[in-house]
Amino acid sequence: MLRWFDDRLGLASFARSGLRKVFPDHWTFLLGEIALFCFVVLLLTGIFLTLFYVPDGTPVTYEGPYLPLHGQQVSAAYRSVLELSFEVQAGLVMRQVHHWAALVFLAAITVHMLRIFFTGAFRRPRELNWLVGIGLLTLALAMGITGYSLPDDLLSGTGLRILYSAALSIPFVGPYLAFLLFGGEFPTETIVSRLFVFHVMLLPALLIGGILTHLAILWRQKHTQWPGPGRTEHNVVGKPFWPSQVLKSTGLMLLTAAVLALMGGLLQINPIWTYGPFDATTVSAPAQPDWYVGWLDGALRLFPPFEPTILGITIPSPFIPGVLIPAAAFTVMALWPFIEARLTHDRADHQLLERPRDAPLRSAIGVTGLTFFVILTLAAGNDVAAIIFNVPVETLTNALRVAIVVVPPLAGLLTWRICRELRRRDVERAAGKRGGSVRLRRNAEGGFEEIEQ
Amino acid sequence: MTAERWITVALGFSIVASIGLVVTYLLGGQAQVEGMLLAVALGGLGAALVIWAASLLDAKPESEEVHPLASPQTAREAAWETLSPDEITRRGFLLRLMAGAVAALAAALAIPALSLGPQPGRALFRTDWQGGARLVGADGEPVRVADLGLEAVRTVFPEGHVGSPDAQTLLIRVRPGDLALPDGRADWAPEGCVAYSKVCTHAGCPVGLYRAEDHALLCPCHQSTFDVLRGAVPTFGPATRPLPQLPLSVDADGYLVATGDFAEPVGPSFWNMTHADEAED
Repeated sequence: MLRWFDDRLGLASFARSGLRKVFPDHWTFLLGEIALFCFVVLLLTGIFLTLFYVPDGTPVTYEGPYLPLHGQQVSAAYRSVLELSFEVQAGLVMRQVHHWAALVFLAAITVHMLRIFFTGAFRRPRELNWLVGIGLLTLALAMGITGYSLPDDLLSGTGLRILYSAALSIPFVGPYLAFLLFGGEFPTETIVSRLFVFHVMLLPALLIGGILTHLAILWRQKHTQWPGPGRTEHNVVGKPFWPSQVLKSTGLMLLTAAVLALMGGLLQINPIWTYGPFDATTVSAPAQPDWYVGWLDGALRLFPPFEPTILGITIPSPFIPGVLIPAAAFTVMALWPFIEARLTHDRADHQLLERPRDAPLRSAIGVTGLTFFVILTLAAGNDVAAIIFNVPVETLTNALRVAIVVVPPLAGLLTWRICRELRRRDVERAAGKRGGSVRLRRNAEGGFEEIEQ
Repeated sequence: MTAERWITVALGFSIVASIGLVVTYLLGGQAQVEGMLLAVALGGLGAALVIWAASLLDAKPESEEVHPLASPQTAREAAWETLSPDEITRRGFLLRLMAGAVAALAAALAIPALSLGPQPGRALFRTDWQGGARLVGADGEPVRVADLGLEAVRTVFPEGHVGSPDAQTLLIRVRPGDLALPDGRADWAPEGCVAYSKVCTHAGCPVGLYRAEDHALLCPCHQSTFDVLRGAVPTFGPATRPLPQLPLSVDADGYLVATGDFAEPVGPSFWNMTHADEAED
């Protein structure tokens, strides 16, 4: 069998070197794999859902088994999701696993990206894959938003309305763009079928292409590694791809899927029948989006009432927090490897990762951005928090408005100080200044170790 | 227990759970049971593989050289020469013309994207309200002043346009003496019946919450707050414009009617919203 293929393709030596490829062993290297495996789960459950979902905004009367909605006007899309949840066997599990997998997918991507950032893994020659990664993050967010809106329920409809308003807010092109995207003035019956095309065709095609590119570049450039005995800037030390890494990764994939299955089975998510069908004249309170959109919603909530009209051109208030700030954030993230190279004048190839303390400036900026993101995400829950803590929502919002300006730079500064301090201690320890009683000796691997007295 | 044992147990659980899944399905299905069995079926198999990799493989760490990927300068130059043979590069004019043709074709092919939506025209500047339109509730019944108690809040539409997304309006009855409407609107709120667009001027959500103690309308999406007594000026949150007010009067039969459309665009702002007269139909 193998001979038959090799006679025609001549892949034996390529396969041999590929199977022996070295994979460094560290748990933080699994974060990206978890994201990949979530995507596999998303594809499989998504195919099942696609076979039942009806991308149609036409109003129909619901006459299914969920009695509280019996006789109500809903869209055909909403009705099909109710059918999936209540009538299609195994449909509810598939739906819930799909939704949980999407949340974990975005979370895994985020944590994976933080790992890459704080260890400097994006440095030359891997800037290119960092850019591909930013593209994948953007696509994953778009997948999340389009998919979340497909059930055409009240909560997701509210999200779409805010998205429409953000598109409308762009100077000069806003009204045209919003009308093109939605097929007219919000709300339109065509929007769910358009979102469907994006969610099941265009975006997955781009995402699959992007993931393959991400992996191909990784394969070509090889993995980074933590410093350690025998590890240099010119090698990579680890276990071979086959069988060790294949078994471990396949196991991790199945375990990821197992956790998602458990969540999808036991933890209810997005119960659209309690939200009700979309109705342009009603809104639920409180209304929170999925976690990865929270920061955008939080930015809209915290932004001050500022809507200047300059020379007859209005800059609508959602434009800055809803369009400009996210665009700027993504631009800075994408360009970071190049910005850092310019700041540090470091243009060498790197195989070894850095600890966050080894690059205080990068760590400080990373923590600043992360804190900004976290505060905005918290701000998206200001109404819920106001109820829980029994504080007026105005007080809470004003406090967060101060916090979003003050806290991120302070957190960055603190990080910088901590990094410097940790580094100073490292240096002192290496120099044996700790009480003058430390002695070093060279060990068999060629490194140095302390001899405790 | 040895690793082989653990793997045997894990695979055994996985097989049993898979069989359980089939049985559950045939018995009519149950979401929680399906989730748990699926987790065991997948998890057992996954655990077996991980234990196998960790305990039964004798994989010693290996080291692989990493060479810079950059090609030698000669190879680069050779590649560049192959890419740009003389027959092509020397015909600069034709190349530029070719690029122009491709760009023109791309534009021509992109144009049909305009079919995706209509031109905004005046759609953003007007609603279904017009002078003489009766205010009707979500049930289509016209609203009489006498039907409204003090502090009553109703969502109303122009008669014949129930559910209209941009004409949705909040009708609130307050004490006429409490009202402090902007100049020129003294007769817009007969007997304390005041009507504002329900579409938030920030991001367009329905302004769905009314706080009677301070006559405030709140948008649940981003907490914009509007003062009902003072022409719905924003008092908190990101909204900057008041909710447009619908001028009302009472017709001969005692029903509330609009005396015209909203004076300004309803809902979220857009760049040319102050140019109502220039927008074409």
